Amino acid sequence: MSESGDYWKANIRLVIGCLVVWFIVSYGCGILLAPALNNIRILGGYPLGFWFAQQGSIYTFVVLIFFYAWRMNKLDEKFGVQED
Amino acid sequence: MDSLQLMTYLVVGATFALYIFIAIKARAATTGEFYVAGKGVHPVLNGMATGADWMSAASFISMAGLIAFKGYDASVFLMGWTGGYCLLAMLLAPYLRKYGKFTVPEFIGDRYYSNIARVVAVICLITASLTYVIGQMKGIGVAFSRFLELPFETGLLVGMVIVFIYAVLGGMKGVTYTQIAQYCVLIFAYTVPAVFISLQLTGTPVPQLGLGAHMGGDPNNMFLLDKLDKTLVDLGFHEYTLQKGNTLNIFLYTLSLMIGTAGLPHVITRFFTVPKVKDARSSVGWSLVFIAILYTTAPAVGAMARLNLMETIHPTSGVNAGQWLKYDERPDWFKNWEKTGLLKFEDKNGDGMIQYVGKGNKEFENEMVKVDRDIMVLANPEIAKLPNWVIALVAAGGIAAALSTAAGLLLAISSSISHDLLKGILAPNMSDKSELLSSRIAMAGSICVAGYFGLHPPGFAAQVVALAFGLAASSIFPALMMGIFVKRVNNVGAVLGMLSGLGITLVYIFWFKGWFFVASTAMAPNTPDHWFMGIAPEAFGAIGALVNFVVAYVVSGITAPPPEHIQHLVDDIRVPGVVRR
Repeated sequence: MSESGDYWKANIRLVIGCLVVWFIVSYGCGILLAPALNNIRILGGYPLGFWFAQQGSIYTFVVLIFFYAWRMNKLDEKFGVQED
Repeated sequence: MDSLQLMTYLVVGATFALYIFIAIKARAATTGEFYVAGKGVHPVLNGMATGADWMSAASFISMAGLIAFKGYDASVFLMGWTGGYCLLAMLLAPYLRKYGKFTVPEFIGDRYYSNIARVVAVICLITASLTYVIGQMKGIGVAFSRFLELPFETGLLVGMVIVFIYAVLGGMKGVTYTQIAQYCVLIFAYTVPAVFISLQLTGTPVPQLGLGAHMGGDPNNMFLLDKLDKTLVDLGFHEYTLQKGNTLNIFLYTLSLMIGTAGLPHVITRFFTVPKVKDARSSVGWSLVFIAILYTTAPAVGAMARLNLMETIHPTSGVNAGQWLKYDERPDWFKNWEKTGLLKFEDKNGDGMIQYVGKGNKEFENEMVKVDRDIMVLANPEIAKLPNWVIALVAAGGIAAALSTAAGLLLAISSSISHDLLKGILAPNMSDKSELLSSRIAMAGSICVAGYFGLHPPGFAAQVVALAFGLAASSIFPALMMGIFVKRVNNVGAVLGMLSGLGITLVYIFWFKGWFFVASTAMAPNTPDHWFMGIAPEAFGAIGALVNFVVAYVVSGITAPPPEHIQHLVDDIRVPGVVRR
């Protein structure tokens, strides 16, 4: 029981870490900090805040989900709770 | 019949033949196949099907138009409708897959050991899904009537028959494989014109890079986005790349769409169809990959369409630079869309020229009295003078987007009627065979109801989208998430939480849009000055979700904890394999 308790705690830590990144790229860079970031240009003429809101956050979401899936599969194996 | 129409018939006809062929190949024989495709769908293919399921007529037709006219502020849709997949992947999908049943209300009913909770979930599901289906049906009718010049009713009927064939026969299995084909059609149809237009404007074939590139690909020219900002500001519009609305509203709007996305039952159910928990995690990622291809293209389509539109009416280069377009010299696409009433011009100063200006322009009055946002994607290839086959492809893509979403939603509705209401509550002893029959009947019934509302759309059809997301965000998502993550939440807490989250969201929406959407009963005008702290009714779902979380947590804390077998159930769904006790 305590082992599956540790598995759950490790899972929660991973989820919180991923959701912090999720929040920073969308609500942080895409909304709250966007006006300030717009002074920086990337990939040619994209104002950075605008880029995060319409492009960057979406790319990050994709990467985050695969990162999460990969880490969780590792956790499953580490704690021996994977499906047969 | 002209060559464009012939081409459209050919392309749309070929895609229909493909869908029906797949449907006959993938008939469902058991309830498991009907509800969740026998849990045998490969995660990548499931991701593709989810993409088609998710991207509706709204994503395909309306979103780029919204972006074109709202610029930065439309980012709420881009982030909101993709960021929800992170919540889905990390908070819901793998656990619900582990639980291993057929429907979302079934999980809520079991976890909160309450038929009331299950019924509340069924009502939310049916309301949210039905409002969505009506929009799809209307989209199908519009696409047919514009491109095939059939009457709206005939178009709608053809669409209904097609959905009927593959959804009733095939259930989730048939729908899944058809959706994979539909995804291919719709993404091809969306990206081909985008690539052409990006090449025309910036010399870059990748629209995602073209949007950041120099005009004409020449470093001596302005950046496309700067050019667009300048063109718009010169004519009195707001800057394209800068925020216009208030920050709190943009923040909450995005959050509501994200939570709502993760709580929409027809999307969640898709992840019940993969073989393993592991597959559910990665399959959400694949869904988002396939969705992101369209969602990162849309900003380029929007910006480039807006620039092309402005340049057509008020060119900044060439022989007519600085002159307004003469009404008599307007292009064909302009005339075609005028016929539909979605584009309207009024010569206010009687000079025979089209002045299209924003509120900041003191010299002219705006004479483009109506430019419907929904025409941008459909008119885009014509505005950019692309070949006929591209225009035909866009028609087929729009129909594919609407059909695939409609089928997914109808499946969610029919399975909650046959599985949750009939088998779960009213007639628990029903055999597998009669359940399968009743789900087919429920499906046929839902198609007829959706078709009826498509023909006679209630005046509020556009506004109810807020309702669908509000319901999903304020009731379904919190109930599911707490069911997995907070063991202490019990039946009383969950039901009161759902009802209060739902209640406050409904009251807020009805306050500004009228009780049950009867506009004359609205308590305050639906404008930013009257909204509570500037929060739009569409953005209120996040507040409803918060209320739901707090009420459920507090009430559960002061009532009896859930029985032991429920606590074990939660332990079980938290791990992919078998729990050792």
